[in-house]
Amino acid sequence: MIVGLSPEEWIVLTLSLKVSLVAVTVSLPICFCIAWMLARWHFPGKLLVDALVHLPLVLPPVVTGWLLLLLFGMNGLIGRWLSDVFGVTLLFRWTGAALAAAIMAVPLMVRAIRLSIEAIDRRLESAAATLGASRLRIFLTISLPLALPGVLAAVVLGFARSLGEFGATITFVSDVPGETRTLPIAIYAAMQMPDGEPIVTRFAILSILLSLGALIVSEILVRRIARGGRHVI
Amino acid sequence: MSFDIDVKQTRSGRPITLFCRTDSPLVALVGPSGVGKTSILNMVAGITSPDQGHIIVAGQTLFDSDTGIDLKTARRQVGYVFQDRRLFPHLRVRANLAYGRRAAMSMDMDDVLAFLGIGHLLDRWPHSLSGGEAQRVAIGRALLSGPRFLLLDEPLSSIDRDRKAGILDAIDQIRRRSPIPILYVTHDVAEAERLSALIVTMHEED
Repeated sequence: MIVGLSPEEWIVLTLSLKVSLVAVTVSLPICFCIAWMLARWHFPGKLLVDALVHLPLVLPPVVTGWLLLLLFGMNGLIGRWLSDVFGVTLLFRWTGAALAAAIMAVPLMVRAIRLSIEAIDRRLESAAATLGASRLRIFLTISLPLALPGVLAAVVLGFARSLGEFGATITFVSDVPGETRTLPIAIYAAMQMPDGEPIVTRFAILSILLSLGALIVSEILVRRIARGGRHVI
Repeated sequence: MSFDIDVKQTRSGRPITLFCRTDSPLVALVGPSGVGKTSILNMVAGITSPDQGHIIVAGQTLFDSDTGIDLKTARRQVGYVFQDRRLFPHLRVRANLAYGRRAAMSMDMDDVLAFLGIGHLLDRWPHSLSGGEAQRVAIGRALLSGPRFLLLDEPLSSIDRDRKAGILDAIDQIRRRSPIPILYVTHDVAEAERLSALIVTMHEED
């Protein structure tokens, strides 16, 4: 156990990590597909899709949380379907917090991945085709590895954004200790208590260390990949 | 017949045409910069498609606008050495050479490494190679893919004078070791003459 953390605080920390990891892991393939579509495809309504993907970035988080409530709440279109068919409810659950975190992270992740896909030299893909590679092989051996630094950046950005997610989460799944009380919500809750200052300080330091750690790990990974060389010769 | 090419393509309002029907195993496309020599190679490789015409290389129809034949690039078995080389930057030389290797059809790996003089480069990254080294690796990669024909796009450009002779020697070696047709693009007639190639001159279309 980390020195200085009470069992309750430890629960907050592990819950935050779980919510962020699940949010990023589940949304990553979806973000990659959206980014690929926006970077490579031309289709009617592309501008609208682009705007919708980026909407959580500019909307007040409370509005995003309210929309999630409308859609995934007990009487929501998707929420009722999930409950009827799978017996699953996201309201007041950590899975709902992960969904809110993922939705808020999607714009940042899509943006980072899209930029890295757009930066891929398409001439390398045509070179691979002349060497007999199928489209799938070109994707797996050329496009994906070359987009990897952007994917890693997206993972770190998404993770950091999920760790810091507050507005949409508290609106959608509220503050349930042990279930939806993530770091930012715990900090907010502690700030409402007359003697909560030390808790706020510890959680704030923890948040800074986690975010800093994620950034450093990502930088190390990106440099390790870049060591292989990125210049087209 | 090595090459039977009769194509027309219009790019940004500028027409590019070529008619070339020959049994010569080495054809040099010669002409000023911007005349469309690389565009012709891209059409033969299947990277772009002509607006009309046909491309038949070594008896195989790669494109024919009349019959609707347009083989995908990956199925043309082309060995394309690009002017900008296009070595994969995230793969070492060894992996670059092996990328398109068809062991049953390609030249022997050791043989290619020896006559191109690139055996000592296998563990290097592409960005650490000189222009001449990168060009020889690009030629090796194309040869090892077991091509039915070779496209060489200005293989001597951006290489210093001392290295040029080495690359020309390598091309001579390829001709001696492999009977596959070669389409060679250059803006230097002397270079084509040095290789005893059939020279086809391209001119600006009006």
